[in-house]
Amino acid sequence: MMDVVMPQMGESIVEGTLTKWLKKAGDRVERDEPLFEISTDKVDTEIPSPAAGTLSAVLVEEGKTVAINTVVARIDEAGTGAAAAPAPAAAPEPVAQAAPAPPPPPEPEAEAVEVPQEETAGPLSPLVRRMARENNIDLKQVRGSGAGGRITKQDLEAHLAKRAAPAPAAPAPVAPAPVAAAPAPPPVMPPPPVAPPPSTPLPRAEAAKVRIEPMSVMRARIAEHMLASKRTSAHVTTMHKVDMTRVAKIRARNKAEVQTRYGFSLTYLPFITRATCEALRAFPLANASVEGTNIIHHNEINIGIAVALDAGLIVPVIRNADQKNVLGLQYAIVDLATRARSRQLKPDEVQGGTFSITNFGSFGSLFGTPIINQPQVAILGVGAVEKTPVVTDDDAIAIRSIALIGLTFDHRLIDGAYADQFMNKLKAALENWSEEVL
Amino acid sequence: MHSTAATRTCELRDLGRIDYGRALELQHALVEKRKQGLVPDQFLIVEHPHVITIGRNGKPDHLLASEDVLRRAGISFFPTDRGGDITYHGPGQLVGYPILDLREWKRDVVAYVRSIEQALIDTLADFGIAAGRETGMTGVWVEGRKIAAIGVHISRWITSHGFALNVTTDLRYFQYIVPCGLAKPVTSIAAELGAEPKRAELIASLARHFAEQFGFEISVAEEAL
Repeated sequence: MMDVVMPQMGESIVEGTLTKWLKKAGDRVERDEPLFEISTDKVDTEIPSPAAGTLSAVLVEEGKTVAINTVVARIDEAGTGAAAAPAPAAAPEPVAQAAPAPPPPPEPEAEAVEVPQEETAGPLSPLVRRMARENNIDLKQVRGSGAGGRITKQDLEAHLAKRAAPAPAAPAPVAPAPVAAAPAPPPVMPPPPVAPPPSTPLPRAEAAKVRIEPMSVMRARIAEHMLASKRTSAHVTTMHKVDMTRVAKIRARNKAEVQTRYGFSLTYLPFITRATCEALRAFPLANASVEGTNIIHHNEINIGIAVALDAGLIVPVIRNADQKNVLGLQYAIVDLATRARSRQLKPDEVQGGTFSITNFGSFGSLFGTPIINQPQVAILGVGAVEKTPVVTDDDAIAIRSIALIGLTFDHRLIDGAYADQFMNKLKAALENWSEEVL
Repeated sequence: MHSTAATRTCELRDLGRIDYGRALELQHALVEKRKQGLVPDQFLIVEHPHVITIGRNGKPDHLLASEDVLRRAGISFFPTDRGGDITYHGPGQLVGYPILDLREWKRDVVAYVRSIEQALIDTLADFGIAAGRETGMTGVWVEGRKIAAIGVHISRWITSHGFALNVTTDLRYFQYIVPCGLAKPVTSIAAELGAEPKRAELIASLARHFAEQFGFEISVAEEAL
């Protein structure tokens, strides 16, 4: 029995309308014979059958719109039995490969030798191996639809979709339910697909009127990165109250002059960035990455600054941020943010960051718990600077400029005490600021 | 921008005025050849005698006249396998049928349609017409008036059908249909400019912008199909 799924006909496409069945349930179909037609935005596409056999079940009726990778039909590969791998390599591409994601490239021979195979047909691509590892998939339970029965990324996605949401009232699945071979992580998220999750979508709110809009490429990538980060890191956030009064005074004193001389405004962010560099130099683990069980120490401090766009966000990077003074940092921030908003960043200006700062305070937020920008291990979240009554050391009440600044860190690598020492260093640098700006 | 290692080519043929049915046969033959890799990408430019065609998902009630009325007006009627609803083709229209293997470009049907729109928008800009898109309504529009319609069929990533750009089309013929199921006005280059562009210049501009969109070189093929 082979599942026939709604293919993905383009990067931004999340669903398709099944417009016409070219075969009826019970019909004999040949491999690659047109099986059904789908429609997306004035384009009608014929979808060929992924296998030869009998069309045993038609699960989606004509006119219905379903998410990509939804099983729309099943084909009984007559006589061959379910155990037989799909037709040998010579056959033309199956439907699953009609998806835009290129099929895993053929592996070099050497790799197949080097990695012991777990009784699966054909070599596995690094991508498939990683997906299987990250999602605790027992590859023996996955049926390969690729050449020679090889397991492809699509097979894993379909497997995960099935695991996450058992098909409603469907005939018994061919593959046995995943046995407790490895303790599955509680709620299984779909794998990090190139496109939005392939699992069967939750039912829409009853009777609510809807408008369906495919995610932009940027949105889909943000979604993917955020989930991937949550899956990767053990996020913990520590929050410190920082007295920004000294910095506020220096800023107030220099603001007009900076504006006249350089044409940009002086904000708190370059001060905080500079203090962050100082803390990173003292506590360099926050500037590292994790690869497997290795710690990658970075010899440069490249700080990503989150920039909000009209519909999305991007994190351009200030390279060697520790070699810049407040003015240089402010200039870099203004320049990167301006070019981010006009979409003129060069690719290498959004890569290579070793630590990130997100300044949600500029939107009035007091504190937040951001998501780590992978493969980094920490991100600084900056809350709004607000005038606050504070009890001083001599028990008087004074008005101070206070900001809540938090460090969200990856507890795989950084422990709480280290994170708080980092924050105390940063806090001290800001509270005792002595450097002149101009 | 899209980049390819080797330069892909696309053969352009201006077939002049041919019957819709004949054009359909030619397309089917070229799609088969393209599937087998016997020919490079193709771009047919034609003009049709009066004909109304309806896509697989078209609603017959968007045809406002009986077939009898159409016959008397000298208009033939064709159900087809392209996407989209109902449309009219006739003299003064530049109809383009790209037969492309999208696996050599992007495996993305929506990107394909957007790129056709962009090539048409850029072509119209060459003639001083500011055309654009209307959200949710595939095609090319000039201030809410439709100047070009698009309907595509794809089989194994090979495209057929394409677009129809109104150049000097007698727009009264659209009264027989609700074009593409939309009760929106239609227009043409001549109606917008008050002048007729030279067909050869129009095709040259279109070819250039197509090449830009799809990252191939266009060669004008003279030999018959």
